[in-house]
Amino acid sequence: MTDLNQVIFSNINGQDPWSIQAYLSSGGYQTWKSILTDQINKHSPEKIIDAVSKSGLRGRGGAGFPTGKKWSFMPETSQQKYIVCNSDESEPGTCHDRDILKYNPHALIEGMAIAGFAMGATVGYNYVRGEFMIECFPRIEQALHEAYELGLLGTNILDSGINFNLHNFLGAGAYICGEETALLESLEGKQGKPRFKPPFPANFGLYGKPTTVNNTQTLASIPKIIQNGPEWFSSFGTEKSPGTIIFSVSGHINKPGNYELPLGISFSELLDYAGGMENDKSLKAVIPGGSSTKILPGEIIQNCTMDYESLQKAGSALGTGAVIVIAEGSCMVELLKRISRFYFAENCGQCTPCREGTGWLYRILDRITQGNGKINDLELLVDVANRIEGNTICAFGDASAWPVQSFIEHFFDEFEYMIKNKGKSIAA
Amino acid sequence: MLNSKIKDEIDHWIHKFPEGKQRSAILSSLHAVQHHNRGYLTTELMNDVADYLDIPKIQVFEVATFYSMFQTKPVGQHEIAVCTNISCMLRGSDNILQHIEKRLNIKAGQSTIDGKIFLKNEEECLAACTGAPMMMLDHHYIENLDIKTVDQILNDLEKNND
Repeated sequence: MTDLNQVIFSNINGQDPWSIQAYLSSGGYQTWKSILTDQINKHSPEKIIDAVSKSGLRGRGGAGFPTGKKWSFMPETSQQKYIVCNSDESEPGTCHDRDILKYNPHALIEGMAIAGFAMGATVGYNYVRGEFMIECFPRIEQALHEAYELGLLGTNILDSGINFNLHNFLGAGAYICGEETALLESLEGKQGKPRFKPPFPANFGLYGKPTTVNNTQTLASIPKIIQNGPEWFSSFGTEKSPGTIIFSVSGHINKPGNYELPLGISFSELLDYAGGMENDKSLKAVIPGGSSTKILPGEIIQNCTMDYESLQKAGSALGTGAVIVIAEGSCMVELLKRISRFYFAENCGQCTPCREGTGWLYRILDRITQGNGKINDLELLVDVANRIEGNTICAFGDASAWPVQSFIEHFFDEFEYMIKNKGKSIAA
Repeated sequence: MLNSKIKDEIDHWIHKFPEGKQRSAILSSLHAVQHHNRGYLTTELMNDVADYLDIPKIQVFEVATFYSMFQTKPVGQHEIAVCTNISCMLRGSDNILQHIEKRLNIKAGQSTIDGKIFLKNEEECLAACTGAPMMMLDHHYIENLDIKTVDQILNDLEKNND
């Protein structure tokens, strides 16, 4: 089998891996120290951004945008610039950033310091979701404190002339704040309502200053990429999807868990890692990248590899790498209704198609499960979903539409059966 | 009026932000005052936060009503939030929630009559999908739940008289 934990989690096997002692003894902060001592030749900002680009690292928060390219958008300016980490993990099915915050907080801190240096951002904020206040937040605060104690952060760090100050921030429960401009609004102390783009954060970000927002896993991958070189990182994975990713595998399997594996492994190998199907049931469907990605029937995903291209070709997306496994016997109407309830509850209320449409989607699905569905409801659901998709400020609207479109496309019979049989599920 | 402990906590947050950007400390200020007020906010407390941060009251109120972790009505002292999102649903979270509702004789979104437990209506995924089903008790994550564990937790809560 393919080796687990080769990049982000490569140093979390010993005792208290979250302590700075453990991190230092596994080679942690070497990259940062090396930058501090040779910031002009070996580790110029241009060379760091170039290395990140060459590594092929793509944003692990769901959209998969090339990280090096994103960093290169930051303008040359004398203004204050910011690097912001999106630790507002809340895409349904996704729980790997939580493990990074818990077990490898220093990799994130080092990654943010390197990112800040490369983009000329001397201040960073790590936006942690509010619900992590007891479990993850004290740990990342402690890690930050340790890094300051050793003089690895602050002003004129180790006499290098480099400044980098980092702060942890705590959200307060709003899925939408995972959208990067909503996150910036929230960081400014406002309601988390996404901004219209352009201007993009690189030009108008936090407090109107140039800002780059990256996901926790993305930033935690950086120290090793710079230390071992981009070729090393891209030697994992496939040509178009290089590197490793942490798959959060949940649902009807024997060993739910976070598995860091090279991109491009086959779905069946990933399923083996997760201990196979629970109770030896057969595979019905998989949501491959968090609830915002389109569902794929078992017979389709069984032939897929877990990377950007293969899942896109199959009609879905890699998303956050949150693989939700669904066994035979599950009611697809009830599952879709739960997903739609979530988007209805969590929409920010800003754009009409999304605010009104998500309510329509949920209420129609609710009446179908109550036995009051009408035969043209399926057409209506798809019509409403299509009118939301592409017509909103941010991707939340699309995320609410895709599950509806894909569930009905692949499991039309189940929906039709329930409408015709007054709420009775074909799966029951 | 905010006591000095809360003010210190708010000051700690204000210092993370640039001069004049104390609005950024609203979320943390509300967490602090809510925590010291047994889990919910009052209009008076929100006004106090606005005064202390020297910002318009509406800016605090609109944040308090937007984010799901802030309660603007009295709720029970201990908060239980059962995740019922997709990954937890696949592993039986609905049974867990129903069991708690039945045992406490309340529905999700309500508090027990003795004011001890608030059963939050949790819509968001709580990012512990590999430990499903799970719930939070006063923001502590408790994973791989079954009915027996839930009963034990509720027994302990009922015995506890803090």
